[in-house]
Amino acid sequence: MDLLTVLQILDSSVRLAIPLLLACLAGLYSERAGIFDIGLEGKMLAAAFMAAAVAYTSGSAWVGLLAGIGASLLLSAIHGVASITFRGNQLISGVAINFLAAGLTVVVAQSWFAQGGRTPTLQGAGRFEPITLPLADTLQNVPLFGPIYRELISGHSILVYVAFLLVPFTWWVLYRTRFGLRLRAVGENPASVDTAGVSVVQLRYSAVIICGILCGLAGAYLSTALQAGFTKDMSAGRGFIALAALIFAKWRPWYALYATLLFGFLQALALRPDLLENTLGFKVNGQLLDALPYILTVVILAGFVGKAIPPRAGGEPYVKER
Amino acid sequence: MDVMPKWAEVVLVPLISLLLAAILSAIVILAIGENPWAALMLMIDGALGSTYGWGYTLYYATNFIFTGLAVAIAFHARMFNIGGEGQAMLGGLGVALVCIYLPWPHWSLALLGATVSAALFGAAWATIPAFLQAKRGSHIVITTIMFNFIASALLNFLLIGALKPTGSMEPATGKFPEATHLPSFQDMFSTAETPLFRGAPANISFFVAVAACFALWFLIWRTRLGYEIRAFGHSESAAKYAGISPTKIIMIAMMISGALAGMMAINNVMGEAERLVLNAVEGAGFIGIAVALMGRSHPFGVFLAALLFGFLYQGGAELALWTSIPRELIVVIQALVILFTGALDNMVRMPLERIFLAARKGA
Repeated sequence: MDLLTVLQILDSSVRLAIPLLLACLAGLYSERAGIFDIGLEGKMLAAAFMAAAVAYTSGSAWVGLLAGIGASLLLSAIHGVASITFRGNQLISGVAINFLAAGLTVVVAQSWFAQGGRTPTLQGAGRFEPITLPLADTLQNVPLFGPIYRELISGHSILVYVAFLLVPFTWWVLYRTRFGLRLRAVGENPASVDTAGVSVVQLRYSAVIICGILCGLAGAYLSTALQAGFTKDMSAGRGFIALAALIFAKWRPWYALYATLLFGFLQALALRPDLLENTLGFKVNGQLLDALPYILTVVILAGFVGKAIPPRAGGEPYVKER
Repeated sequence: MDVMPKWAEVVLVPLISLLLAAILSAIVILAIGENPWAALMLMIDGALGSTYGWGYTLYYATNFIFTGLAVAIAFHARMFNIGGEGQAMLGGLGVALVCIYLPWPHWSLALLGATVSAALFGAAWATIPAFLQAKRGSHIVITTIMFNFIASALLNFLLIGALKPTGSMEPATGKFPEATHLPSFQDMFSTAETPLFRGAPANISFFVAVAACFALWFLIWRTRLGYEIRAFGHSESAAKYAGISPTKIIMIAMMISGALAGMMAINNVMGEAERLVLNAVEGAGFIGIAVALMGRSHPFGVFLAALLFGFLYQGGAELALWTSIPRELIVVIQALVILFTGALDNMVRMPLERIFLAARKGA
């Protein structure tokens, strides 16, 4: 296997890891604030549809992105109202949101475009085009660094770079700002936050809103950058893999990056069975690669390899004592 | 103290939730330029207007009774089994193995064998998450979600590999032998003069599902184990204090739950398809969540809710056939039912409680 093939695999790992990373960070904000969110999948799907639909009609990927975030935020608002205001079951609300998105996207897509639940293919400015970083072509003859810079680092859409920047940003917000401290506290012990005179409801709503924005980015990336248009069920379980990555990362931002890159790498490998067979000398089962993120997560959850302990108040509606 | 009388709790709250879901669905239908009333009439006619329609409605309902009961029994132990989908897939595997590899002299014995095998496979798939919850404290919701995906990969692997008949291109098992063919409603109720349920997939496993409702009711409210499960569901610490082992309850409740979800396969795999295909469950495991919530985790409620969803599924198929409304509308309705009866329960309940309180003060 030559350098170029390795770079191609890594390049497609990055592309496939980005939606996972964005959704994983989305879940991180929400779960760190004590709101479990198994509706990441639905929010991504809704955002993917709205982003593609609006990008197609307006001809601008940026307008599409805003619309996608809007759709995701709407579902986030439902989740917030159900789980914060009405203290409902957060898991059930998440399930409902997943189905709502799975159904509505197809119903609306059929009604708007009549193409069997798809949007028309996006072209030109309707998509986020790859960006060639400065000097990528000039440096391509520099040994090792040249090809890496040109093939792997350069040539992604803007959302990819945004997603990577969000990792240190999230770390900074969580561990270096007052908001982050309170956010983490509200997920561990909301009563103490309340006693300190900070609104639990407000903090949790802000977490849910941030989660909506990030899921919106993830969905818009799927339909306007990774692919050119929306297809039925295009999120294809990525929201759940992101959830798995979040557990794998034990709810920490840098580890979320590593976990999603690993899972993206597994997805990229599953797409190239020929390559695996040539390198390893035996046939690796494709279904095993598909199932690996889930199996790894169960192993981590089982606590046999380092224990994953979720935020303590996760999933519990906060009731002020009277 | 209960603010509301029991009938309001059991009848009024689900009905209002259903009404809200129906109103929102009607708005969706209006928004895509169709007439909600005409759509409803079409659904009623398609699902309940003929024995053929009933045959499909009851077929879907049978699936949903099994998965609904599966979610319900887990709810009684305050666990959310979201893995019905995977457990039903494994149940299908159990049915297929028994039907293909064992020689059955008669369908009744085959049904018995397949039911046991489906239940065992479903229960086994639920056992691992249950064990991890009981012993390692891994959250059952997350592990059962993961197990759905693992089940799907496993079936994928088997159906394009070991279980596929040689020479076949399709990812499915071969047709089950004739002796395992279950009597359909058409076989049972048609006479030469009056053909009933012609071509509809409803079959004898509907009665197995009804029997399962009774059995589960008896288990939950008439046995010591049922009492322990409910006690554990109400308060883990109190149950522990009363000498009830949490590990035992978690394991047993989840195994019953998995067994029920797995048993769905005697209807869809053995009764209808008569072979195991990819994605045989078609989301019925998830509909069980809506059914159990709607039916307030009571077997009779689950039965009614399953009928309702059977009606929605068959009606939805008719809608997709005759109008421009796609089948996915049913998924939207299902989502709204889960949302209102599950997550937004308090939104419906709080105003009602206020009304009943005011009425009581006035009286």
